[in-house]
Amino acid sequence: MKTIFVEKESYYDSALLMLTSQEVKKTSGVHDATVAMGTAMNLDLLRSLGFDAAALAEATPNDLVIAVDCDSAESAEAARAAAKQALSRKAKAVTGEAAHVAPTSLASALRDQADANLAVISLPGAYAAREARKALESGLHVMLFSDNVSLEDEIALKALSRRKGLLLMGPDCGTAIINGVPLCFANVVKRGPVGVVGASGTGIQEVACLIDRAGSGVSQAIGAGGRDLKNERVGGATTLMGIEALAGDDETKVIVIISKPPAKAVADQAVAALERAGKPAVALFVGATPEVRRDGPVVHFASNLEETAAMAVALANGERYAPRAFTLSDAAIEAIVARETRGLVPAQRYLRGYFTGGTLADEAWIAAHRATGAVHSNNQTDPSYVLADPRRSIGHTVVDLGDDAFTVGRPHPMIDPSARVERMMAERDDGEIAVVVVDVVIGYGSHEDPAGAIAPAVEAMRAAARQRGGYLPVVASITGTAGDPQNFALQKAKLEAAGCVVMPSNYQACALATKIVERIETRGRGGAR
Amino acid sequence: MTEPSRVAPVMALFKSRLSVVNLGLASFADNLAALGVEVAQVDWRPPAGGDEVALAALDRIASGGTDVEAANKKAVDILLAAKPTLIDIGVAGEVIPGMTPTTILHSGPPVTWERMCGPMRGGVIGGLIYEGLAANRAEAEALAASGRITFAPCHAHSAVGPMAGIVTARMPVWIFENTAFGNRAYSTVNEGLGKVLRYGAFSDEVLARLRWIETELAPVMKKALKLHGPIDMKSVIAQALQMGDEGHNRNRAGTSLIIRELAPTLVQLGEPVEAIVRILNFLNANDHFFLNLSMPACKCALDAARGVKGSSMIVAMARNGTDFGVQIAGLGDRWFTGPASMVEGLYLPGYSAADAAPDIGDSVITETAGIGGFCMAAAPAIVKFVGGSPQDAIAYTTRMYEITLAENSAYQIPALDFRGSPTGVDVRKVVETGILPVINTGIAHKEPGVGMVGAGLVKPPRNCFRDAVLAFAEAYGAAPTSSRSDP
Repeated sequence: MKTIFVEKESYYDSALLMLTSQEVKKTSGVHDATVAMGTAMNLDLLRSLGFDAAALAEATPNDLVIAVDCDSAESAEAARAAAKQALSRKAKAVTGEAAHVAPTSLASALRDQADANLAVISLPGAYAAREARKALESGLHVMLFSDNVSLEDEIALKALSRRKGLLLMGPDCGTAIINGVPLCFANVVKRGPVGVVGASGTGIQEVACLIDRAGSGVSQAIGAGGRDLKNERVGGATTLMGIEALAGDDETKVIVIISKPPAKAVADQAVAALERAGKPAVALFVGATPEVRRDGPVVHFASNLEETAAMAVALANGERYAPRAFTLSDAAIEAIVARETRGLVPAQRYLRGYFTGGTLADEAWIAAHRATGAVHSNNQTDPSYVLADPRRSIGHTVVDLGDDAFTVGRPHPMIDPSARVERMMAERDDGEIAVVVVDVVIGYGSHEDPAGAIAPAVEAMRAAARQRGGYLPVVASITGTAGDPQNFALQKAKLEAAGCVVMPSNYQACALATKIVERIETRGRGGAR
Repeated sequence: MTEPSRVAPVMALFKSRLSVVNLGLASFADNLAALGVEVAQVDWRPPAGGDEVALAALDRIASGGTDVEAANKKAVDILLAAKPTLIDIGVAGEVIPGMTPTTILHSGPPVTWERMCGPMRGGVIGGLIYEGLAANRAEAEALAASGRITFAPCHAHSAVGPMAGIVTARMPVWIFENTAFGNRAYSTVNEGLGKVLRYGAFSDEVLARLRWIETELAPVMKKALKLHGPIDMKSVIAQALQMGDEGHNRNRAGTSLIIRELAPTLVQLGEPVEAIVRILNFLNANDHFFLNLSMPACKCALDAARGVKGSSMIVAMARNGTDFGVQIAGLGDRWFTGPASMVEGLYLPGYSAADAAPDIGDSVITETAGIGGFCMAAAPAIVKFVGGSPQDAIAYTTRMYEITLAENSAYQIPALDFRGSPTGVDVRKVVETGILPVINTGIAHKEPGVGMVGAGLVKPPRNCFRDAVLAFAEAYGAAPTSSRSDP
């Protein structure tokens, strides 16, 4: 049956009526429905569809016509009700918030934020270079966190940044502190007179934290990216720009550069740049034989991260740098070594380092290798001590769990500590382990509770050693400051509660662990005699 | 210390408040926000949807010798500076360049009679009968297929036409002049809704209306425009946008403004009262009368930017019911085409999606010029077409800023706090962001002669934008290499 309802003096927009027609058609028992204003054209159409001409004649263009083809009068009434309900539905309130659309590109973000001066890019490597180029072309400084950026792209980007006078930190730059703001993986460090440029993420973090803890502060910490000083074609482009900028920066009194073993020619250029800059400077080329370089009037060479920080603070304070092995007295250290080695059994012979920070791992294997000459690591530079299988420790081993071999398809262990916990749990039954050394890196970017995450693994390893009739010393250090969100004191307390000896720096943790190994070896030789 | 000026921007950064744009891990932005640092998180997607060929083309364009940004600025500045002005009404065969008695102009990119969709074939049949070149449908179809008729896109003749866009030699056409640059554009007079030629209808009533337009409306309008003087269409469009039109699917305000503008002149002409009444009633009964004025206004504005070397701005988008095509300022008259899509929309009483023809018409010239769907936020009355709420309309318009080069301060959108309309589509941005232009459109019945069955939004085919970018890279990009080297 075909029924017409005319609702007098009810004007609705035609688009709303089209939508309403669609909804009314869904009413049960309704074959077809048209909800429209009574315009001549609509009335013609409804007449041609066979609706009652007399009923339609009542409608004027100001009247609403509900035309229903349906099974029964009940269905017709239901359709009419559905139409009225659809037309009276209250609109959701329009708010400014709802109208906000997040920027989908760098360009649109810049339109909303005209004063932007830094782009932080952590996109997949294939796209990262592209966005970095755009950012530089838009006049932004760039922190390029992403790795897997090709060497060609890095060279081109650094040439562009040079032309523009803009800073390009990275690629593969995990850490920077600009104007006191920690970027990506970085700590809350007091502002102060020391400017840092480094091609090493956790190296910068450790040095910055130790500067903070020594009561001084950091003006700027500029990450250069892993290849900056290592690759001759990159040629230290970021490091050299960073040195120049820190040279011209009033706040910076002392310049520190940190790098994993650099290309010799590039290192020479960086040192020359420091000499030109003229401000007191400290250079650390991690793993370089210290005697290769001699201190000059401007540039002082440090041999480890802690020394780098200590030298820089001394220079900033106008004090003489006094080298020292440990913060604690020799007697106190001797007491710790005695205490921690007392319960060891003869089968326990080897040092094991489980690290999340790459440069911290380097510092560990280098210190232990210097003492023992036999430390395996996935970061080793001597091919005969490179771990054949980075997933399994042999003899003395220091493993960098942030290595690409471990991070394919899973987060970096500084973010997700489970890879390290799994590794420690897997090796807890190895009766040859004599001492364990670990790093705990806190600050922005890192896991919210890395000490809490590692504590059960430490306890499990120590319990397993006890069950074998031995004892397991675990030495740790925390890269962090009192200002970091994880709460430094609480992290330290958790490590100590798990049985760790917590040392004031990674260097001292490694030195203590090495001392323990040396003590065991001395005893072993003594026992054989 | 050496040449500190080389690193002056870095030293300036050290003295500035940090303001960060974060692309990638959101936690980095969250940390900065927690520290009170100003930071924007970009809702990043792989550019060009991860299409490596398109991305390589974009990179070649970026590293080529042509300063595309400068060329685009030039092109969009021309578009913004345009002064589209209605100056006269004339006869197509006399005023449109290249028009012959056997030329039939149609909408969209070039299309042969064999490939024409139903409504366009209907329009051609009607046009041939109207011209007296054929007596009936059969004769017209035979003539159209004979090769003796020259089919050409309106766009190739400085013209635009809605839907089938049929223009024949005898038809009256509005004459627009872009007085800032001196170029002209043409469009027929809008015939109204229902059974009309542009929807492929060619019945006697359709032809009678066309003849009335030719013999009564056009001569009167010619006199009226002469007495009134040129009408600045930029100003009328600007007003219409403030009154709830977007210039494509809603033209009620624009039509009203034109009636208001011309009525005092019309009654002064000394024409018979019945003729003036017929004309005013015709205008009053047709909400879309203004469409055939907004379209040539947009056309003459965009045509001035044609041929700007090195510019990737789109100067034409158009559909013929078979293909959707685009033209690029820096790529001459080449069309880049893809299959015309179906329109997603709402249907007039008695019709459904099963009745619809694929997307057709030159009216997307409005979006190309920055109004129409790009100004959806200005037309809350028709937001039902785009999903229902004013927020949706605002979101559509806001997204268009992502693919455009400028904001047109002459065309302001009240709901966006009078922000200028997003203007000048950069084909590179379309491909890179994957954001397609929002196009409002009417829906034609697939059979010739039925007319409009609904209205809604249409998504243009992606490949035409991609093909244009690839061609642009060929024309202006660096030579293809396996790895980009620094210039």
